[in-house]
Amino acid sequence: MSVPNEPNPAHGPSEPVAPRAGVLRRLLRDPLAVAALAYVAIVVVASVLAPLLTSQSPTASKIADALLPMGDGHPLGTDGVGRDVLAQLLHGGRTSLTGALIVVAVSLAVGLPAGIAAGYYRGWFDGVAGWLSNLVMALPAIIVLLVVLAQWGRSTGLAMAVFGLLIAPGIFRLIRASVVAVREELYVDAARVSGLGDARIMRRHILPVVVAPTVIQVSQLLGIAIVLQAGLEFLGLGSENQASWGGMLNDAFANIYSAPRLLLWPSLAIVLTVTAFSLIGNALRDALGVGGTAVHVRSRAEAAPSGPVVAASPSPAGEADESDEADVLLAVEDLHVAYPRPDGSQAVVVKGASLSVRKGEILGLVGESGSGKSQTAFSVLGLLPPLARTSAARMEFGGRDLRGLSPAAMNRLRGKRIGYIPQEPMSNLDPSFRVGNQLVEPMRHHLGLSRNAARTRALDLLERVGVADPERVFASYPHQISGGMAQRVLIAGAMSCDPELLIADEPTTALDVTVQAEVLDLIRELQAERGMGVILVTHDFGVVADLCDTVAVMQTGRIVETAPAARLFAEPQHEYTRMLLASTLDDCEPRAARSHPVQNLGGTR
Amino acid sequence: MTGMNPLLEARDVIVEFPVKGWRRPPFRALKGVSLTIDPGETLGLVGESGSGKTTLGRAILGLAPVTGGDIRFAGRTVSGLGKRERRALSKDIQVVFQDPYTSLNPAMTVGDILTEPLLVAGTSRADAERRVRGLLDEVHLPADTAHRLPREFSGGQRQRLAIARALSRDPKLIVCDEPVSALDLSTQARVLDLFIEIQERTGVAYLFVTHDLSVVRHISHRVAVMYRGEIVEDGDAGVVTSAPAHPYTQRLLLAAPVPDPARQAQRRAERHRFLAEQAV
Repeated sequence: MSVPNEPNPAHGPSEPVAPRAGVLRRLLRDPLAVAALAYVAIVVVASVLAPLLTSQSPTASKIADALLPMGDGHPLGTDGVGRDVLAQLLHGGRTSLTGALIVVAVSLAVGLPAGIAAGYYRGWFDGVAGWLSNLVMALPAIIVLLVVLAQWGRSTGLAMAVFGLLIAPGIFRLIRASVVAVREELYVDAARVSGLGDARIMRRHILPVVVAPTVIQVSQLLGIAIVLQAGLEFLGLGSENQASWGGMLNDAFANIYSAPRLLLWPSLAIVLTVTAFSLIGNALRDALGVGGTAVHVRSRAEAAPSGPVVAASPSPAGEADESDEADVLLAVEDLHVAYPRPDGSQAVVVKGASLSVRKGEILGLVGESGSGKSQTAFSVLGLLPPLARTSAARMEFGGRDLRGLSPAAMNRLRGKRIGYIPQEPMSNLDPSFRVGNQLVEPMRHHLGLSRNAARTRALDLLERVGVADPERVFASYPHQISGGMAQRVLIAGAMSCDPELLIADEPTTALDVTVQAEVLDLIRELQAERGMGVILVTHDFGVVADLCDTVAVMQTGRIVETAPAARLFAEPQHEYTRMLLASTLDDCEPRAARSHPVQNLGGTR
Repeated sequence: MTGMNPLLEARDVIVEFPVKGWRRPPFRALKGVSLTIDPGETLGLVGESGSGKTTLGRAILGLAPVTGGDIRFAGRTVSGLGKRERRALSKDIQVVFQDPYTSLNPAMTVGDILTEPLLVAGTSRADAERRVRGLLDEVHLPADTAHRLPREFSGGQRQRLAIARALSRDPKLIVCDEPVSALDLSTQARVLDLFIEIQERTGVAYLFVTHDLSVVRHISHRVAVMYRGEIVEDGDAGVVTSAPAHPYTQRLLLAAPVPDPARQAQRRAERHRFLAEQAV
């Protein structure tokens, strides 16, 4: 199976390499897949060339030659009624493969178009098709097959066609689900706006997406079909006068005491073939799963505990700092964060960042995407992915060295003395637990409060962060509250253990501007009330101006400028800071004052 | 407004979406929205999430069901058109979506993505490829871009590709649905300048949907403010974004932080005063 190529005569040799071209190469790098493919190729060739490979007839029986051992004329001997085993094996392969192909063809012919149409158009067709597929799936396949064969006589082809119909709902559902997922993609909308017809959209934009799951499903289906077919033939329901692996098993069973070796060949053929298809399916899944899919989001560090930060060089002990060390809450010097690349080199995302936060100070960490600002914040939290390699000349929190701290010790620090507010409030609440539960648990863990005391405290906190009806929110599931409310809940959670340092990673980026203003107010009030140090990671200079005392500007892993907020905005020193500030649109003249609409240049009427 | 005929005119547009469940009333996303866009003009459409601003854009594009009122383009009703007629309209009305990561098919090369609308319209492949080279130049991307895949490009470059696709058939109106909100600050400014440059050269009109008042101020001639499925205020962009009349717009403006600590402190105080007054 491959991407159906639409006929495109104009496509010359300069046709760019299709993204799927890598699939075959990846497949061939998997030794199991290569072995399986080679085996299937041998079976196919042997079946096709069966009449050339043996002169014996697979069906001609000669009672005189029954149960001959391996030898002249009969390389694998003969069976209970004197048929040549090798010939049966080769011709039986034909039957099996043909049957399997019938199953795949029928189920694809029914399931694929129906799945695409149902997923794309939805509506009544989706309803009817879904109902029918449920009905078919509820039918016991083997009984239906027995009834059909009893009614219309023994025929492997017919049995396989019916089985294809019975298994089509599996294909239908798979395709429909893939199509439903992809039709929500904006590029399908864009295609519609571009004036593409439905048929073309399906062929160009939807079919390629469903190819991967279909190919995988088909390879599994081939195996299933061969097993089922062998089963039917074993029961004597296959076509008469046709060699088959199932039929061979049947005969071997009858002679199990006199010639047990007869069982070996058909069993081996069936098991190996089914295994091979299964392995090919797995390998295809791996090969297709890696490529093909879109890289939707800039890869974002997963928050999972990482190894301890390694000391890069001994901290300059004894050297007096010019700043007053007494009220420094967090001091980071020469922080490096790197990730190993597949080729063995390293991607360095933070290159020697140094920063310090005093008690009661709000430090803004500003930068564009990829500047390493979140990585810097996460490394203080000890929440970088396990792959990250972190080193720092100094990393002290409240006079305590964070470098080399065990995960357990870091865990005690996190939540209790260092609070964290994430960017996406919704994805940071577990949808399967009530909000209250998620607030109470950390408090019981860190503060050792009883359930009731923690509950009271949680309700107080919810009230403090401006939740109008704390009882209701406490008892709600995350999906029942708004994004702004969820962010308030997370702020309440971050506050619950009275942290000395709060790390907020783009805390308002996902919120509407009016809600953002409220959340910023809340963070300011809480900070003033508790004298926390805050690291505010953001890309928004408006948010910085609203909240921060000091600002550190990051560019590609380096802090290029650190200054008090008022000075940074008034006299930015670094070129990059100046460029960023110049890119803010707030102070520009409104367009209406600059130019009037261009009229009729395009010849509208 | 000028006395000439508007390019696009929406009158009392209502959009409803069915709600799951037996005999539940449908959800009304737009509650009778009216607006006009003149040729060559940018109308900024501002609002918060759930205000219906994106739905209005989609209704104009024929991607959302118009259940009441009508939308006229160049004097002709275009809401509720059949599929074939709607397709014919694709020459004139185009779109640039918010998310540059999902609006380009990841499995197609840039060249295929850009030639597709032209080929559908019956342009020969040679002409289409020539046109694509011109388009890439118009959005300031190198010509060899055509042989590469969307994933090889940054957000800003992808948005330029989406703009090139929208421009391919010389449309008269482009619906821009938050086209710069997923971009970095510096990229955002450059892409906005590209929008303006293209408009000044080709005379295309924009419906520019965004939540950001400063963006809308930068690019729009006129602004309409949406709140809960209705337009609460519209008028000259300079006026609406600096001295709004409607309390909601005022709230929106005061909530947007200014990148200047002193002025932001002032705005914050103003906002608190305003909210206190509103509460009374």
